[in-house]
Amino acid sequence: MDHLLSQVTAWGLVLLQALLYAVLGPLLVGWVRKVKALLQNRRGAPVLQPYRDLRKLLVKETRVAHTASPLFRAAPYIVFVSTWLGAATVPLIAVDLPTAAIADIIVLVGLLALGRFFLALAGMDVGTAFGGMGASREMLVSALAEPAMLMAIFTLAMGAHSTNLSTVIGHQLAGGLALRPSILFALGGLTLVAIAETGRIPVDNPATHLELTMIHEAMLLEYSGRHLALMEWAAQIKLVLYGALIANIFFPWGIGESFSPGSLALGIGAIVAKLLLLGGALAIAESVLAKMRLFRAPAFLNLALLLSLLGLLSHVILEVGT
Amino acid sequence: MIAPLPLLQQLVLVLAAIVLLTSFVLLAQARLISAIHVFAWQGALVAAVTAVVAAAGGAPHLYFSAVLTLGLKALLIPWMLHRLARRLELDRHVETLRLPTLVVMAAVALVIFSYWLVLPMVQEGLAFTRNIVAVSLAVVLIGLLMMVFRQQAVAQVLGFMSMENGLFLAAVSATAGMPLVVELGVAFDVLVAMVLFGVFFFQIRESIESLDVDRLNRLKETAEERE
Amino acid sequence: MVLGGLHLAGLAVALALASAATSLLAARWPQALRVLGLPLFGAAGLAALASGLIALLGGEVGIAVLPLGLPWLPWRLRLDALSGLFLAIIGTVSFAVAIYGPAYVRSFERGRDSIAALGTFTGLFLTGMLLVVLADDAFLFMVAWELMSLSSYFLVAFQHESAANRRAAFLYLLMAHIGGLAILLGYGVLAAFGGGFAFESMRAATLSPLWATLAFSLAFVGFGMKAGLVPLHAWLPEAHPVAPSHVSALMSGVMLKVAVYGFVRFVFDLLGPPHWQWGVTVIAVGSLSALLGVLYAMMQNDLKRLLAYSSVENLGIIFIGLGLALVFLGTDHRLLGTLAFVAALYHVVNHALFKSLLFLGAGAIHHSAHERDLEQMGGLLRRMPWTGLFFLLGCISISALPPFNGFVSEWLIFQAALQAWQLDSGVLRSLIPVASAVLALTGALVAATFVKVYGIAFLGQARSRHVRRARRVPFGMRAAQGLLAGLCLALGVLPTWVLGAIDRVPRELLGGGLRQAAAHGWLWLTPISSGTASYSAPLVVLLLAGAAGVAIWAFRRGTVRRVRRCDAWDCGFAPPSPRMQYTSTAFAQPIRRVFDLVFQIDESVSTREGGPPRYQLAIGDRAWGLLYAPVGRWVESAARQVVRLQSGNVRVYLGWTLATLLVLLWIIS
Repeated sequence: MDHLLSQVTAWGLVLLQALLYAVLGPLLVGWVRKVKALLQNRRGAPVLQPYRDLRKLLVKETRVAHTASPLFRAAPYIVFVSTWLGAATVPLIAVDLPTAAIADIIVLVGLLALGRFFLALAGMDVGTAFGGMGASREMLVSALAEPAMLMAIFTLAMGAHSTNLSTVIGHQLAGGLALRPSILFALGGLTLVAIAETGRIPVDNPATHLELTMIHEAMLLEYSGRHLALMEWAAQIKLVLYGALIANIFFPWGIGESFSPGSLALGIGAIVAKLLLLGGALAIAESVLAKMRLFRAPAFLNLALLLSLLGLLSHVILEVGT
Repeated sequence: MIAPLPLLQQLVLVLAAIVLLTSFVLLAQARLISAIHVFAWQGALVAAVTAVVAAAGGAPHLYFSAVLTLGLKALLIPWMLHRLARRLELDRHVETLRLPTLVVMAAVALVIFSYWLVLPMVQEGLAFTRNIVAVSLAVVLIGLLMMVFRQQAVAQVLGFMSMENGLFLAAVSATAGMPLVVELGVAFDVLVAMVLFGVFFFQIRESIESLDVDRLNRLKETAEERE
Repeated sequence: MVLGGLHLAGLAVALALASAATSLLAARWPQALRVLGLPLFGAAGLAALASGLIALLGGEVGIAVLPLGLPWLPWRLRLDALSGLFLAIIGTVSFAVAIYGPAYVRSFERGRDSIAALGTFTGLFLTGMLLVVLADDAFLFMVAWELMSLSSYFLVAFQHESAANRRAAFLYLLMAHIGGLAILLGYGVLAAFGGGFAFESMRAATLSPLWATLAFSLAFVGFGMKAGLVPLHAWLPEAHPVAPSHVSALMSGVMLKVAVYGFVRFVFDLLGPPHWQWGVTVIAVGSLSALLGVLYAMMQNDLKRLLAYSSVENLGIIFIGLGLALVFLGTDHRLLGTLAFVAALYHVVNHALFKSLLFLGAGAIHHSAHERDLEQMGGLLRRMPWTGLFFLLGCISISALPPFNGFVSEWLIFQAALQAWQLDSGVLRSLIPVASAVLALTGALVAATFVKVYGIAFLGQARSRHVRRARRVPFGMRAAQGLLAGLCLALGVLPTWVLGAIDRVPRELLGGGLRQAAAHGWLWLTPISSGTASYSAPLVVLLLAGAAGVAIWAFRRGTVRRVRRCDAWDCGFAPPSPRMQYTSTAFAQPIRRVFDLVFQIDESVSTREGGPPRYQLAIGDRAWGLLYAPVGRWVESAARQVVRLQSGNVRVYLGWTLATLLVLLWIIS
């Protein structure tokens, strides 16, 4: 009976974690916008505004262009579901959930790539210039970000001897406050990749209205109503996903290590605090930096790759005993 | 799993890794003034490594070396280079590498090569500093690489200076510092070299009206033309 | 059971020969190919598949000695697990091509080209491939190899009226023979040490490290040339597009795998203990091929040429896996070597399936819209919905996205590469992750390439009139593509079954299998241990489908369910025309600018008097300028030197004869 209860608790927590990801997405985006507004000496929209925006979009009529194919209508669901599923496997409040077994970093990258594939196809579906432009640019940025991300992952995985996220986080927790250059460099590389993949300044401006400066928005230009709500929500979940990844892998203290209510409460409090801090840092970075021209993005991503590569080399050269 | 090192030794590893990062940034940095600043940071980090090795190993004379390095490499020489650049009107000079990706890949290969070279050195008790010798050798080689691939004369000076940084780092970490006399002598030599560089650059610019090292071969042409 | 397998394989060979023979009738009676030749071809494929499965799942190795060949060297056939795996691959793809074929070759029946030749040489091609895989001695191997190369030459030269096709076929024949020569020399080295041409004696031979490395190099060059590794790949993008599409599917999907079979048989079976340095070379060449292959593929506008370059890239990935296996085996990490080996074999199977699917799709597009140029296509999803769906599944598979099969093999290769921390050499520990970073870059670029292909060809609006009026695709062609797409999904969702089936191959060749891969049940793929890495494809599919169901239910009720059609966003100006869409060149432009050093780009804008400016862009393969042109010039100059012998004077020729006679007499004495 105890075993059954603990199983039910565990799966309930899995569901809770998945729902938390969906709920925290708009909150984080609202928080980042609020901090940016404060830095610009404005009051800004309320932190809960993205929720209202999503609800507004959900009740509006959906319009689809004449030239759109069935893929256009299916893509928002595929993008949302793959991003949400990928996010749901990343440990958020507790480390040893039952979904830990499928929380493989490479599977996560694969699921995000699946979402991006359909997002790009959706951009090309209607047959306008902007959609193709957005898709082409997005594929360039993601192609260059992928090796940097994988190198950072490898640095972590070579230390923990596993690509399973729970194992990596557990390894970090067990290591205590250890200053390792490989971890620092991997953090730097992964942060730059996260900025590129979530489409924030300096790679892409999520608030722009000029079509020629868009990357992510250009692919969503034709969407409206509930389709647009799904796509926007997916992008917000992706931001929380990368935030949780950075927060829980590099600063894992506070994450729940058992299923006791105290440990879980600490876990929730810790992740919310970490996400608020990361969101604030992102807002400051976006206010200080300017968006780069598209063809400067390769230099940015090469820096990310260099940092990840140096992290790996530091691990091999400086950290492995003999 | 590696045995966790004491905090000071971990700090030395982190600082050495960041020194390696600065040598990469120095290699690819296009703006001259920014490159001088990066070089200043590199000097400061090397001074920090010296100080931490002094604290960890209990070698008090290294504190003096650290202060000397900080004063010389992080403050005085960058200030002199800064002044030189302003007088040569190179303030806003931007020089891009022709093939940045290949040069950076070559630098990474040099890092792996220096690691491979250092492997036979097996020393008990100096395990962590053995690895830093690999990093310092890499810094030296990358400094030389910078002298090969950069055309601007001031950038070449930076490459030369960063080679010296690398050597100093190796000396500090592998043998816990050089004798004080040697250090003072080397520091004095570097200072004199800086002054001479300054004088030379003005002369070069007057002769060939540019500070592009590739154009130094024009001296040969003018000699031939006269004959 | 054992003899059953080999008998079935013999039946497959016989059926393939029968297919070739009956196609000769098509000279008089054009429908013969559709009615007799292709069904026999399909039956041969089924027999090959059956015998392959028996060999993989069943008992011991089957050997047969044929009364053909030389008197002291009869031909030997052998069916073991490795041959069985490749027989299964050949059989499956051939069966799919046989279903596809009848509708496709209908358009050739009234054409100028000889349909009898098409059928005959296709049958002979299949015969050659089957015999290569079954051969147990070097003589039969080379004869079958030659048969395979020659018959595919005639297939490439099928539409020989065009000079470009003839040139492509000549290049193909030339490189096939240079590669064959290298393979022959490799076998010669092994035979010299083994004392005989049968594989049995080669296996027993012990070679010194120098000779082993020489034999390895010859085999790598020979089989690598046939597999299309950079820089010996130039024939691939010329030859594969030119052949008829179902033949291109066979060539890209199957013949390249037969080259991989030859390499695996030579290096992992016949050559003895591997050296890790060989593995490093193979990884380096494989990484280079993968990266350059996908970059060149991205730049192509001809759909079939793009798919051919993509084959170069996938073969590079397979060789990265094989190189990792060699490195691990050479440093005494047998289990890791087995993992890398199995990952490479899995990718072999996957590539055969999805590349054939894509080529068959390209053939369907050519059949319906008579178009191969991406710049003229668009909006084909409306005209060809089923082909569009199956092509999409093929694109997803080749881009290595879950839950399809491409993801599983790439995941396994990454897991193998990640185990590099167990190696002793720090240099290897740094280089292998760099190779996997190159693999990651390649994977992302592949996704970009196939977004381009699918988006430009099937989505958007048609860019030309004949594409706007594309015909419907016949049932047979759709069925074949559906079969392959279903197999791609099946192999992606049930990796533990596939690994269980392939497991005999490493057990026979390397001495041990990957037992722990399915240790936690059929649901979990745990190649090393469950703590290290695990992947559950069925769970991913279930969760994706479940979440999709929830999302669709949640978002469609209570909101306005109707969807209104309207015009696309046009910024307030004229409505968007098909000409305003992104073209294939435009889509690839950012990547072209970032990687421009890799290509030979000739770009020019010229303005004529009073007319509009002309923009021209030509993207060439650097390998021509760096390797092939210099080699060609050197060969020509050497030939010119030799021409001096031909003075035309009879007495000079008699003088040469006298000199040769004297030398030979002196040697004999």
